[in-house]
Amino acid sequence: MRRLTLIGIPYFWLLALFLIPFGIVLKISLSDIALAIPPYTPTLDISGGWQAFRDFLSELDLENFEFLTTDDLYWKAYLSSLKIAAISTLLALLIGFPMAYGMAKAREDWRPTLMMLVILPFWTSFLIRVYAWVGILSTEGYLNQFLMGIGIIGDPLVILNTSTAVYIGIVYTYLPFMILPIYATLERLDESLIEAAEDLGCSRISAFWLVTVPLSKNGVIAGCFLVFIPVIGEFVIPALLGGSKTLMIGKVLWEEFFSNRDWPVASAVAIILLLVLIIPIVLFQRNEQKQREAEQ
Amino acid sequence: MRRFSWFNATSLTIGFAFLYLPMLILVIYSFNESKLVTVWAGFSTKWYGELFRNEAFLDAAYVTLRVAIFSSLLATVLGTMAAYVLVRAGRFPGRTIFSGMIYAPLVMPEVITGLSLLLLFISLGLDRGVLTIVLAHTTFSMCFVSVVVSARLASFDQSLEEAALDLGCTPFEAFRLVTLPVIAPAVISGWLLAFTLSLDDLVIASFTSGPSATTLPIKIWSSIRLGVSPEINALSTILIAIVATGVISASLISKRAALQRDLDSKT
Repeated sequence: MRRLTLIGIPYFWLLALFLIPFGIVLKISLSDIALAIPPYTPTLDISGGWQAFRDFLSELDLENFEFLTTDDLYWKAYLSSLKIAAISTLLALLIGFPMAYGMAKAREDWRPTLMMLVILPFWTSFLIRVYAWVGILSTEGYLNQFLMGIGIIGDPLVILNTSTAVYIGIVYTYLPFMILPIYATLERLDESLIEAAEDLGCSRISAFWLVTVPLSKNGVIAGCFLVFIPVIGEFVIPALLGGSKTLMIGKVLWEEFFSNRDWPVASAVAIILLLVLIIPIVLFQRNEQKQREAEQ
Repeated sequence: MRRFSWFNATSLTIGFAFLYLPMLILVIYSFNESKLVTVWAGFSTKWYGELFRNEAFLDAAYVTLRVAIFSSLLATVLGTMAAYVLVRAGRFPGRTIFSGMIYAPLVMPEVITGLSLLLLFISLGLDRGVLTIVLAHTTFSMCFVSVVVSARLASFDQSLEEAALDLGCTPFEAFRLVTLPVIAPAVISGWLLAFTLSLDDLVIASFTSGPSATTLPIKIWSSIRLGVSPEINALSTILIAIVATGVISASLISKRAALQRDLDSKT
């Protein structure tokens, strides 16, 4: 009995506030625009029994999904989100790996401090950290003032409201997610393996490529997923730094919902975004599972 | 033999400069006299004064704080229960769905979570306000709490709990007297995580809040969209200071506790 309550309470909470809402999104994505004008009247009347359920099913149609195919804005936005996520994951890896490596090689008593320095930005407001870049990257911003001040450039660079600004913003905010899992694997790496490789005639660089990199593979994979998956649905960074030109699906969903007030189409966008994300999420969970099994 | 080459030192320096310079610039320019955010016109604290006279920001801060306190407490209780279920309950029907529901919100884009919760609240006929934001924040942050707590629970020796039960404890007493003190650091850091996640959230709060309740991130968001204002720099500096103080004191406390444990184990 007690066990049942213990399992039941969090289970029921997640069912009611996580799983059922997705069912509602699916239902609304399949309903007509006129029906979906808020406030909704539930289209399924349970007291009507089987007949009502059949009526409910017959009213569902794929109209909103068809609409997504008529306008090339949507698939362009999905593709561009995937591209932006892939490139920024790569950039985060290029910056994050040397940092994680440097942390793992630092003196033991320094490591907790370095670790805290990586985590600290994660605790400060995400919105404010993105906003800080608006002041830096704008045409009269600090970066242009600095570069013109030391005479590298004559005319200000246009960075804000371009995709470059979006890459900078994404790499900046998601860098800790890349560093921490890589650091965790590098820190546990047995130093004697590298010494052995060097004793057997490896140069320091080939020992790095042949021993350190393969052994840090799990951390690299985890870090890449932790950056790639959430970036696909990112909304704040493209909206603040990317201007109107940068197309990302999270932003399209937001605008469909808040500006166009087209809830069924917003729901259809969300359903397809979920389908796009299922593959990387499943791969991520597999990788986590494998890692846990390897540790046991 | 640890090697700390110039390469590691440079990559760390550049990396940390990249992480911290933007925030540092924000803090410095919050003391700027000028209304123009990018022109330095001398030291002044006037934007802090303006901020504290701005009722809309103060109201939003109050709402945010209330939401964060309620949702983080609820999320800690629910998340700890969920962690206990994940690690200790063994097999039960629907276990796969349960662990899926724990891990999925961690990677789910916030726009989807926000949209789906909004549609739920509307079909339930709930008015959007503090209550709906609390429900939404509790749901996603309980998952973070349970991941943090279950890691600690998994490494905890179950036989201690069994010993307590053999010695006549009720299961709840065994949990309260044996398990809880051991997992307390994870529960506290889970709570802290839930609290900051709630303070920080813009996207889910935008979907689940109504005209009666605006949180601070929503307020910051709408004023940034109207144009950059020096008040936001002052506000950001205060938030950064609060977080930095919190995190540094938390790490000092845990360091002290670790030191104490070392001393205890030696005597």
